[in-house]
Amino acid sequence: MKLISEIKIALVGNPNSGKSSLFNHLTGLNQKIGNFPGVTVDKKIGSMKINEGPVCSIIDLPGTYSIYPKSEEEAVVMEVLGNKENPNHPDLVVVIADATNLKRNLLLFSQVHDLGMPVILALNMMDLVNKKGKTIDVKKLKDELKVPLISMNARNGDGIDELKQEIKTFEQKKVDLFFKPEEHIKEVFGDNTSLSATSVNTYLQLQEALNNKNGAFAGLDKEKIRRTETLARYHFLDGVLEGSIAALGNEPTQITARLDKVLTHKVWGYTLFVGVLFLIFQSVFKWAEMPMDFIDHVFSVTAVKVSGWLPQGPLNGLISEGIIPGLAGIVIFIPQIALLFAFISILEETGYMSRVVFLMDKLMRKFGLNGKSVVPLISGVACAVPAIMAARTIGSKRDRIITIMVTPLMSCSARLPVYTILIALVIPATSVLGVFNLQGIILFGLYTLGFVVALVVAVVIKLMVKTEEPSYLVMEMPSYKLPRWQNVVFTIYEKTKTFVFEAGKIILAISIILWITASYGPADDMKVAEENATQLAAQQGMNETETENLIAAYKLEHSFAGIFGKAIEPAIKPLGYDWKIGIALISSFAAREVFVGTMATIYSIGGTDDELTVRTRMAKEVNSETGGPRFTLAVGVSLMLFYAFAMQCMSTLAIVYRETRGWKWPFIQLAYMTGVAYLSALLAYQLLS
Amino acid sequence: MSNVAEMEPGDVKVITGFTDEGLSLKLLEMGCIPGHPVRFNYKAPLGDPICISVSGYDLSLRVSEAASITVN
Repeated sequence: MKLISEIKIALVGNPNSGKSSLFNHLTGLNQKIGNFPGVTVDKKIGSMKINEGPVCSIIDLPGTYSIYPKSEEEAVVMEVLGNKENPNHPDLVVVIADATNLKRNLLLFSQVHDLGMPVILALNMMDLVNKKGKTIDVKKLKDELKVPLISMNARNGDGIDELKQEIKTFEQKKVDLFFKPEEHIKEVFGDNTSLSATSVNTYLQLQEALNNKNGAFAGLDKEKIRRTETLARYHFLDGVLEGSIAALGNEPTQITARLDKVLTHKVWGYTLFVGVLFLIFQSVFKWAEMPMDFIDHVFSVTAVKVSGWLPQGPLNGLISEGIIPGLAGIVIFIPQIALLFAFISILEETGYMSRVVFLMDKLMRKFGLNGKSVVPLISGVACAVPAIMAARTIGSKRDRIITIMVTPLMSCSARLPVYTILIALVIPATSVLGVFNLQGIILFGLYTLGFVVALVVAVVIKLMVKTEEPSYLVMEMPSYKLPRWQNVVFTIYEKTKTFVFEAGKIILAISIILWITASYGPADDMKVAEENATQLAAQQGMNETETENLIAAYKLEHSFAGIFGKAIEPAIKPLGYDWKIGIALISSFAAREVFVGTMATIYSIGGTDDELTVRTRMAKEVNSETGGPRFTLAVGVSLMLFYAFAMQCMSTLAIVYRETRGWKWPFIQLAYMTGVAYLSALLAYQLLS
Repeated sequence: MSNVAEMEPGDVKVITGFTDEGLSLKLLEMGCIPGHPVRFNYKAPLGDPICISVSGYDLSLRVSEAASITVN
């Protein structure tokens, strides 16, 4: 390769070919994740320095089976490789191919080659070829294909050094097309020899001709031409592989087939799947508890310390009551998101995820969803934000939209603190049938309810959104493999980072806005409120903390948030709520679990460390109209239903906006979810009270 | 003329073509190649989708999609 300061290398390959392993090996931690302009496809770029060689920037293009895209992700590959003007257009392409499944993998290679790209072919998983009962004559294959060829095993790093060496010494030779369009496609080239002059790449010409909507070939059947091409390529590859692949004569190992007998079995398959789900549930709630408590503790201690260091005033309040708790609200989700993606990544790495899709596709299709919707829906139990991101793997646009629209109905972890406090408040801890706890049953019921309503809404959207585009499955069932832990770690790192920076900035911004509206109000009112509170505290002989808490409560009442809470009171009164609960509903828009904190502030308890205290205060709260307790069974149930269904999460709306590239879907989501929440809460309160 | 959806687990037949224009390129790219063998492996517990072997690897697809691949 000629010496230039930096060479741009693109990694291209089929899904499951080991592309991410190779990328992680080459770049280590020098990775950046960005976005391709205009589409929601992650762009992974890393850098690599070759000894006494050039610095390389490496771009990991989405996995695809051919250069003709079936999804938005796959479209990026052709856009980058086929367009020299594209800022990501590489100087060199490394095509990684699964050697155990060479013909299908070489189809993509031959297309990339014919685009005229300088290309190195890396044969991955060479160690598994023998196990499949085959042997590959690498030298022969190399002579046939006339490109630099490396055998490698990206799992343990074998062949990486050879690849680097090959990159360093790479020299572009004249490209001799594997597939010569002029020999096959008369519709385009006819007998016009001027178009097939030897000096130009006729394959590139063909692509341009087919993509030019107004050109002379606009009326041609693109699909037919592409089929002709694909068949011709396979024919060519058959000839190449005939001489280079031989059967060993031993029986191929049947581990995958044997495992599939169990894992897709009508009883064991579903039993195991439920078991896996249960494990994920348990860990996302239980294992994450300790680090979450720790994070919570660290941030509250920091807030107190910072508040002590800084001089009293608005800046102090903004930092210690607005920014630090806002940051805490982001960081606290990291353990759950990391755990969730650890599981998803392991399930994908091992090949089990395809079996889940296989088991669930028929069931999910009845509801307008897709086997691939299972992953987002399960993930939604932790947090809708990464779950909605996980819906990208769904190829059909309508299925993907429906999945995105219903995922937030799955009870996310932010609803859990709200559920627990309300259940403890209004549901007695009696035992049912001797073994079950009524509170536990209600909690389980809320999760089930979310799932059931998600399915119902999916059906409704399915009936309303008509589509011409067919939904298809056609999915590779990769052979089972042990997960590669390095890839798992990278996935966790990547997804957590995306959450912290994408959703995080919105959560932080909303927290600050909420703090401002809750701390400021019309100046006179705030002053009067403070004076009244001080007076009342003095009359009742309160100590300093109690006085401060009372002042905070009075100030909140007269702040903008309080004014707003009172303004919406007529609307929420039929649900059994007063203006105080109204403030909590509004502040929940930052994150639902803020409900507990807001309750604590409104009922002037100060910190939220002790859930028990919040609960006791809430239990003591009197309804001024009835004289009875504020939180009756009817109000409690009404609130639980409201929180189960309402779209009260700015981060989710923000991610839906980003994923669907417009305000239409987030707006519909906000409207329908809030509508369902309002009606069900109304119904529950009116029936129970 | 029969199709892949009509095969039984364990059957091996030779692909002859496709009846769904829109899906045929995708199926071709995924290794369903006319003139080459296809083996029916197993069905999902609910009868749909199914798992077949083509070009030396396992592929799952819906029954309706399998029905568009003709065999003899």
